[in-house]
Amino acid sequence: MRLLSIYAVLAYAFLHLPLLVLTVFSFNHSRFTQWEGLSLRWYTQAFADPALREATLNSLLIGGAATALATALGTLCAYALWKKKSPLFAGALYLSLMTPEIVTGVALLAFYQWLFHLLDLQLGMFTVILAHVSFCLAYVVIVVIARLRTMDATLEEAALDLGANELQAFYKVTLPQLLPAIISAALLAFTISFDDFVITSLVAGVDSETLPMVMYATARRGVSPVLNAVSTVIVLGLGGLILLSERLQTK
Amino acid sequence: MPPDPILQIRQVSKTFPSHKAVDQVSMTLERGELHALLGPSGCGKTTCLRMVAGFETPDSGEILLNGVDIAPLKPYQRNVSTVFQSYALFPHLTVFDNVAFGLRQRGEKAVRDKVMASLEMVQLAAKADRRPAQMSGGEKQRAALARSLVLAPDLLLLDEPLSALDPNLRQQVRHELKALQRRVGITFLMVTHDQEEALSLADRITLLNQGRVEQVGTPQEIYLAPANRFTANFLGEMNWLDDVGVRPESTRLSHQAPEPGVRVHPGQVTQSTFLGDCYHIQAEIGGGRQLMARVPRSQNGYHPGDRVHVWWQAADELHLPQ
Amino acid sequence: MKRLRLAFLAPSALLLATLFLAPLVIVAVYSLESRGAYGGVTPPFTLESYSRILDPLYLKILWRSFWVAGVSTLLCLLLGFPLALFISRSGPRRGLYLQLVMLPFWTSFLIRTYAWMFLLRDTGLINTALLATGLISEPLPLLYNDFAVILGLVYGFLPFMVLPLYTTLEKLDPALLEAAADLGAPPWPALARVTLPLCRPGILAGSILVFIPCLGAYLTPDLMGGGKSIMIGTLVQNQFTTSRDWPFGAALSFSLMALTLGLLYIVSKRSRGEDLL
Repeated sequence: MRLLSIYAVLAYAFLHLPLLVLTVFSFNHSRFTQWEGLSLRWYTQAFADPALREATLNSLLIGGAATALATALGTLCAYALWKKKSPLFAGALYLSLMTPEIVTGVALLAFYQWLFHLLDLQLGMFTVILAHVSFCLAYVVIVVIARLRTMDATLEEAALDLGANELQAFYKVTLPQLLPAIISAALLAFTISFDDFVITSLVAGVDSETLPMVMYATARRGVSPVLNAVSTVIVLGLGGLILLSERLQTK
Repeated sequence: MPPDPILQIRQVSKTFPSHKAVDQVSMTLERGELHALLGPSGCGKTTCLRMVAGFETPDSGEILLNGVDIAPLKPYQRNVSTVFQSYALFPHLTVFDNVAFGLRQRGEKAVRDKVMASLEMVQLAAKADRRPAQMSGGEKQRAALARSLVLAPDLLLLDEPLSALDPNLRQQVRHELKALQRRVGITFLMVTHDQEEALSLADRITLLNQGRVEQVGTPQEIYLAPANRFTANFLGEMNWLDDVGVRPESTRLSHQAPEPGVRVHPGQVTQSTFLGDCYHIQAEIGGGRQLMARVPRSQNGYHPGDRVHVWWQAADELHLPQ
Repeated sequence: MKRLRLAFLAPSALLLATLFLAPLVIVAVYSLESRGAYGGVTPPFTLESYSRILDPLYLKILWRSFWVAGVSTLLCLLLGFPLALFISRSGPRRGLYLQLVMLPFWTSFLIRTYAWMFLLRDTGLINTALLATGLISEPLPLLYNDFAVILGLVYGFLPFMVLPLYTTLEKLDPALLEAAADLGAPPWPALARVTLPLCRPGILAGSILVFIPCLGAYLTPDLMGGGKSIMIGTLVQNQFTTSRDWPFGAALSFSLMALTLGLLYIVSKRSRGEDLL
């Protein structure tokens, strides 16, 4: 066990040090990998950058809309699948989770192009949002159904016994108990949507460049201290959301 | 039989963060006996067993096996073997490989004869190729026994060996277990919370309560001459009149006054419960005190409301102050 | 109840059908068509795109993808098993330790890849530090090669290995390990003879859960492999963007998809009734 503990310390260092180092160096005054003292200059630059600001707004908008839709649909879907299992439906959701992102992305791109031949539309904000809803759905269903599985099924039966109809039993008895799980699922969906690059970059239009797309373009050109600062903000923000989400799941 | 102790537990204590599990326990096992460690749940009996097996380390005290202190030894260094409550058969191995596990660990190559002999002994030779999941509870128990016995341990530890079995199977397995122990001649230390199991199986019983030894003795000694109220109450049922206790099967009822020379209380029947082979008749005597009498079915003629005499022989009384 | 259930399922079903399944069908159809003059597709139907996958040029990329994904999976298993074992034996702090593994996983994949670029590049932290101590005089070529890609993939998907391994270890009856010790097996032989064989379902599930995303990875080879370490993901992306050879990209996608399906089928067969959904 002692050997195992030493190994665990190293493994956790491997998992956490890269992001920690990045965070520390985002406060470095120097442009290079030499420590020159604390500074917030890269944060000031990042916040002043109009391209970054617009991309952030786009990401928030897409994340918000996709999260709202995916959470609503996913919750209903989880409830229905909890009531009666559907291997086919569950299989499709599972597949959507495991399909390589690049395949999902090019398939969506091909689908949109084909559709736009018929409808005279263009890639843009809404194609991105719809794509995000579709790949966030499975995550929402998993989180919500996990909570449903631990729930006492007789509570709904008691509600029905006391004269509620099925819809009333759902929103008066089950939904309130599911609320922490639903919020947790929403936070998770937002994180995934906010972070996505591969699929988004394929289906985005000129008006819908997201933060990861801007960051990717910067990273392709090499390391930039501004990117370190942006990364730190995102890691802290998303990390906070995830901690909150897990807290709600275990509640 | 001259005393020839195989296991001596001396002043052993064990405290867990939440509670004191075992408190200054001492006990001795004679070579070849079937000893039951009896007590209510949480009395420390399983902790005792686990310390002998080596899964727990005592905070203080000694555990001597054949005169040698085994407390510092790891479980895999002790020649004692455990039959677990859940049997703990390895699900990925066949019965044969389960039984061969310990022999192979010792580096033995030709294990086949020993394994089959051990399986034969528990009548499982025909099922050597089965996986544990394909066997009944009784078969699993026998496989676990064979797996331990094949190693010829100095001492076999059994943790609630019958509790995972169907109730109607237990009676039969009890007899088999005792016969097996006599045949192999290995000392058995069995943990149980079931007083009937302990009485019917064990040569001697150690009764544990809240981490302490209450009494040690043969089943007869413990049942007929309990050292204290806990022992008296834990084994069988008791009627108590202040410091005097009397068992329901020694308590008699009659409509007429009994012969002189017995202890007698006039009373009234309050409840009659049918238990198959007998009735439990509850009668109220003066002062609102309730006494229970066990009446054979053929002799029952008592109904709630009847005025009766409740009596017993003075010799059947147990005098145990609170 | 039936009507309510259908009403609840309908929107998700519609969404999955149009935005996930229909696109896959389109990819399947495209993969059988010919390349259009200005990109896109055109009849006649042909299997040519599939046969082109067997072109030595592409086979080499395929082989590299399998090799990189395989090595990454193996490393994840070797690194992940002791970690999962440690977590499963940590008593009441198990939840916290597991969360510490999962936390970086949920925070931006892009940023995690970028963080390694920051460490590995020629003027990155590792090379700067090594140069400063005088251990090396030239920066080590740490980035833009297969090593970097494998490192990035292992870092990215290690949690996918730890989670199923931990779940299997967690469910392991502690009495089985006690029984092994009781029958004379010290810790290491007990690990080899009891723990590892009983972990096989977790090892299989974890390996497949890591192998699938590694094989189809796009971001990591793109950013950390540079132009040298091309994998299937990059090839697919190229066909739909710069090369504009949609049928070939579709055939590649569909092959990748079929492989994913096959591997997933193995997992679902082995882990009866333990699905997430």
